[in-house]
Amino acid sequence: MFNKFRTSFLAAPYAVWVLICTILPLLYILGYAITNDAGTLTFANLLAITDPVHLKSLWLSVEIALSTTVICLIIAYPVALILHNLKISNKGFVVFLFILPMWMNFMLRILAWQIILSNNGILNNMLSAIGLPTIHILYTKAAVTLGMIYDFLPYMILPIYNALSKINDQVIEAAADLGANWWTTFIKITVPLSKDGIISGIIMVFVPALSSFVVSNLLGGGKVLLIGNVIEQEFTLARNWNLGSGLSIILMIFVLLSMSIMNRIDDSENGGMLV
Amino acid sequence: MEFIQFDHVSKSYEKQLILDELDLSVKENSFVTLLGPSGCGKTTTLRLLGGFEKPDSGKIYLNGNDITALPANLRPINTVFQKYALFPHMTIEENIAFGLNIQKKSKDYIDDKIKYALKLVNLDGFEKRSIDSLSGGQQQRIAIARAIVNEPKVLLLDEPLGALDLKLRQNMQYELMKIKQELGITFIYVTHDQEEALTMSDTIVVMNQGYIQQIGTPEDIYNEPENAFVADFIGESNIIEGIMIKDELVSFLGVQVPCVDKGFGTMKPVDVVIRPEDVELDAPGKGFMDGTITDCLFKGVHYELDVQCGEYEWLVHTTKYFEVGQNVSLNVIPFNIQIMNKPESEDEEVMKEDV
Repeated sequence: MFNKFRTSFLAAPYAVWVLICTILPLLYILGYAITNDAGTLTFANLLAITDPVHLKSLWLSVEIALSTTVICLIIAYPVALILHNLKISNKGFVVFLFILPMWMNFMLRILAWQIILSNNGILNNMLSAIGLPTIHILYTKAAVTLGMIYDFLPYMILPIYNALSKINDQVIEAAADLGANWWTTFIKITVPLSKDGIISGIIMVFVPALSSFVVSNLLGGGKVLLIGNVIEQEFTLARNWNLGSGLSIILMIFVLLSMSIMNRIDDSENGGMLV
Repeated sequence: MEFIQFDHVSKSYEKQLILDELDLSVKENSFVTLLGPSGCGKTTTLRLLGGFEKPDSGKIYLNGNDITALPANLRPINTVFQKYALFPHMTIEENIAFGLNIQKKSKDYIDDKIKYALKLVNLDGFEKRSIDSLSGGQQQRIAIARAIVNEPKVLLLDEPLGALDLKLRQNMQYELMKIKQELGITFIYVTHDQEEALTMSDTIVVMNQGYIQQIGTPEDIYNEPENAFVADFIGESNIIEGIMIKDELVSFLGVQVPCVDKGFGTMKPVDVVIRPEDVELDAPGKGFMDGTITDCLFKGVHYELDVQCGEYEWLVHTTKYFEVGQNVSLNVIPFNIQIMNKPESEDEEVMKEDV
């Protein structure tokens, strides 16, 4: 009894932390979301998502977040696999090189892309140098997606790499021993056993990509309006905190919804594996 | 050519030579144990046969075919790994069916095989259970079942009982022998446990530092060790430096004792090996040498005694109790004195055995 009391007592600072930094702000946002500036109860801020402009932004956000996640996964899995299979003693250093960009300022990296992709930028200079027509990629959906992929790739590589590292080498050898070729081993053993890493990678890329607004600000130049941008503008320019909060709540519900769909896909995948 | 043949196989890791020109042949349907201390090359030999490693030089033949370059998944060989290596995301049934599914066997065939294999390893009815719900011993049985359903020509076992406790290990030894009889395939077994090797094998290959020290039946290896390493590694021994005076007469620790060995020449330095259970204790003056009991430990079946005779301390097993401090004499019948050539240099100590 005393023990139980003491352990919960030790958790108290964290409870306070969670209360002050998570629960209270959330309640505040919820409070703003369901009232107007006069303070009367209304659902208009939540229903504002049905406004075609907002719906279009939300849809665009989902589209870009999805393609970012898928492309990150396609790039990150082979990279993680190659990193894992590297037969060098200094593997840690190579992994470190991959996460090194994460240590540099996020804005700086995106600004660098702005310069690379601009009409007179490095990319177009290189294209014209080899006699190809220049492209106007800056301030397009493609530029925003590219920026997000660049930014979020390490968050996909690391969890997958970690998951691969946890697979017992003997298990892979056992699959070969039982007659499986490389591909069968990969599909039936490696991928299912690295599933946890794939799922955390997807969550760590998809969720921030869905609500990001900085990348689209800098590389979309106001022409690519994501739901994150809309919310940001409601708070900073329009000073309509109620509408901003309402859209935030909707976005949050959306994130939770997509994560629960992911979990269901994950479960049914498991079910499929059983057959 | 024998069923399995290693022909001058060498392998090194990071410039360290593990196997040096190994020659080894194994008869079909035999139970061969590779025995030796860690780092002796026994596991590497097994991994080369399984296809998990490629030799730097030399050839490996199975049933007359050169399999040196054949990848693991195409060899008619299955392995029971040291740490079981079951697929943690699959049920027991799926684990066992893994190899059969790859061979595209029919569902009925697979179901029958799973039933048969689970019965063979005494785990009937475990089909739907998960791997996590099994004890170490049960997991090892599943690993055996998963390997044998593929009807391999050779089953490789890499210290499969190493992680189990003593009692379970002994039970599993008998079960493995039973399974071996039932299947009638070749077993290649790797262990550092000499008791396991002596109990189960038809043939023991004693290895040290990448060389084969001796190949023989368990009886041969135990009773007639060919060098001091084998004598020391298999069971406990008194290994004493001596001089072979002439045929059937050896001198050690200042006494001359008759033996049965011949052909060593005259006045040749040799190693004399005497098993502790072959030393008989008697009243002082009655044996070839007198000594004092310095230690007496009860070991269940026998007492383990240390007998100090001048400079040398003998290890003796008796069924009779002796007081510490008691004076005794030692006797050994000539047949139980084993004479071995003494290596003349360090290099020769890791002697190469040509087969």
